[in-house]
Amino acid sequence: MSEQKRAGKLIDFEDVSVSFKQRKKVTEAVRDVTFSINEGEIIGIIGSSGAGKSTLLRTINRLQTVSSGRVTVEGKSIGELNSGELRKLRSNIGMIFQHFNLIGSKDVYSNIEFVLLENGKTKEEAGKRIDELLKYVGIEDKKHSYPGQLSGGQKQRVAIARALANNAKILLCDEPTSALDTETTEAVLNLLKQINRELNITIVLITHELDVVKEICDRVVVMDEGRVVEIGDVYDVFTRPGSEFTKTLIRKENRFVIPSNVLENAHGKIVRIDYFDENAERALIAEAIEEFGVRINILHGRIEFIKKKPVGVLYISINGEPVQTRDALKYIRENSGKMEVIRDA
Amino acid sequence: MLESFIEIEDKLVKALQETAFMTITSLVIAVILGIGLGLVLYITSEPLLSKNTPVYEVIGFIANTISSIPFLILMIFFLPISAAVVGTKIGSKAVLVPLTVAAAAFFGRLAEASFSDVDKGVLEAVISSGARKSHVIFKIVLPEARISLIKNITVTAITVLGFSAMAGLVGGGGIGDLAYRYGYQRYKKEVMIICILLLIILVQLVQTIGDLTVRALNKRGR
Ligand SMILES: Nc1ncnc2c1ncn2[C@@H]1O[C@H](COP(=O)(O)OP(=O)(O)O)[C@@H](O)[C@H]1O
Ligand SMILES: [Mg+2]
Repeated sequence: MSEQKRAGKLIDFEDVSVSFKQRKKVTEAVRDVTFSINEGEIIGIIGSSGAGKSTLLRTINRLQTVSSGRVTVEGKSIGELNSGELRKLRSNIGMIFQHFNLIGSKDVYSNIEFVLLENGKTKEEAGKRIDELLKYVGIEDKKHSYPGQLSGGQKQRVAIARALANNAKILLCDEPTSALDTETTEAVLNLLKQINRELNITIVLITHELDVVKEICDRVVVMDEGRVVEIGDVYDVFTRPGSEFTKTLIRKENRFVIPSNVLENAHGKIVRIDYFDENAERALIAEAIEEFGVRINILHGRIEFIKKKPVGVLYISINGEPVQTRDALKYIRENSGKMEVIRDA
Repeated sequence: MLESFIEIEDKLVKALQETAFMTITSLVIAVILGIGLGLVLYITSEPLLSKNTPVYEVIGFIANTISSIPFLILMIFFLPISAAVVGTKIGSKAVLVPLTVAAAAFFGRLAEASFSDVDKGVLEAVISSGARKSHVIFKIVLPEARISLIKNITVTAITVLGFSAMAGLVGGGGIGDLAYRYGYQRYKKEVMIICILLLIILVQLVQTIGDLTVRALNKRGR
């Protein structure tokens, strides 16, 4: 991460709690949340459904008022803004949604025009800006289409154009790719990355797809039952989760297991190696074979990249003299991120 | 049958005019009032706008009360008020007041439902862009609800047509009155049948106009 990206706090949550009272039932959707979002970063929010992610996100533009605590945006405590100031704040914070939320009775042009006119632009200024925006998000040809005539990916592009119309500094995204297929997700994520990089827009993104976080986020916040249970650099959180909840969440998605027939047919000890950081790039297996004269067979493996840094899982079988095998294992254990003996035969 | 038709032709035309006058006038006013009522109910129940439960409960209660009184009784109850508003206690004009009030209360609730059906996500999106609430209501909610509103206006028109058939009781005339006086009091079965046929045709006509409007609106967009 570049230094410039850590320019300073843009959004600040201080002991933020939100509770909903419905008849006798009280739901504490967000509990005592305290953390900051830095200017220029892409920060992800993950957690199970009902964890309070959307509620927390909505406190940033006061679509949701807090029950206690304080949300500060650019140094201003937003709870104290009057309605005019609040509208001004909102025009600087774009928001996109899972279901796009375009105005069905208006075409693409009018959808974007509405928010421009609402913020004091003239029709001519709006027209120019709309052309610019549609070009930027790559759907100039859909200017006069109605939302009903667009694909999911195109709708999200229109929504992004609308969200950026008034030169937003912050973009709030609530599950922006959850209604899209894999390919379209990829394209929309690339657009978000581009927006972050080129326009220096800070992005706060909720998702339940861990791959989305791995792909574009700098940092990630993990929420469980209204609380923030973990926050950190994406690579660190995914390779060395600190909380039990995060471990479970990651494991659930990472159901990377070795097929049972492979296990049955393999001889010797079977070991699972997780490697990350500088270890991921080492020729660990080759070193072990050379050093200890053991026979190592790779049974199953995978490597992926989080923020361009590798994370790997490898299943190997290892055979040889007991002493050498033991030493080889010790060597691997010391030089990999994590090692686990699956079958000790 | 043909004979009696010629005989009462003038009366039928007059009755048709009276029915049209009562229905259309009260419908137009009721739609305007009802949209207002529906908007107030909607705005005071929507957290993203100006939720205000006490106001909502009071106005909702009044609308429900009016809707729960049978129209015949409402009409009689309104006679003195009609006299004050339109200057007469009898005739089609006098019926306008209760007819409009009943229709406005009825349509107000339907309009509220039309507004509530507007996608909350869309509302959220435009409010989060910094739009004024009043603009959100008039430039987004109303246009978004238009198809549902037209459907509910159609339902209201048919209901008002039905209510107007009771206008005879206070000398309001109309097709319902004709059917009652000739068909029931004078045992002229043919007149009654003609009146019933006319009412059926009118209802079909209103429904068709409503459906065609919806279809025309649907063609654009979505
Ligand atoms: N407007 C509301 N009224 C009542 N309860 C709500 C409201 N919004 C959210 N909740 C409740 O708050 C909790 C958190 O919801 P939400 O923030 O939507 O979770 P997430 O986005 O993580 O799935 C849930 O239990 C949900 O039912
Ligand atoms: Mg959510």
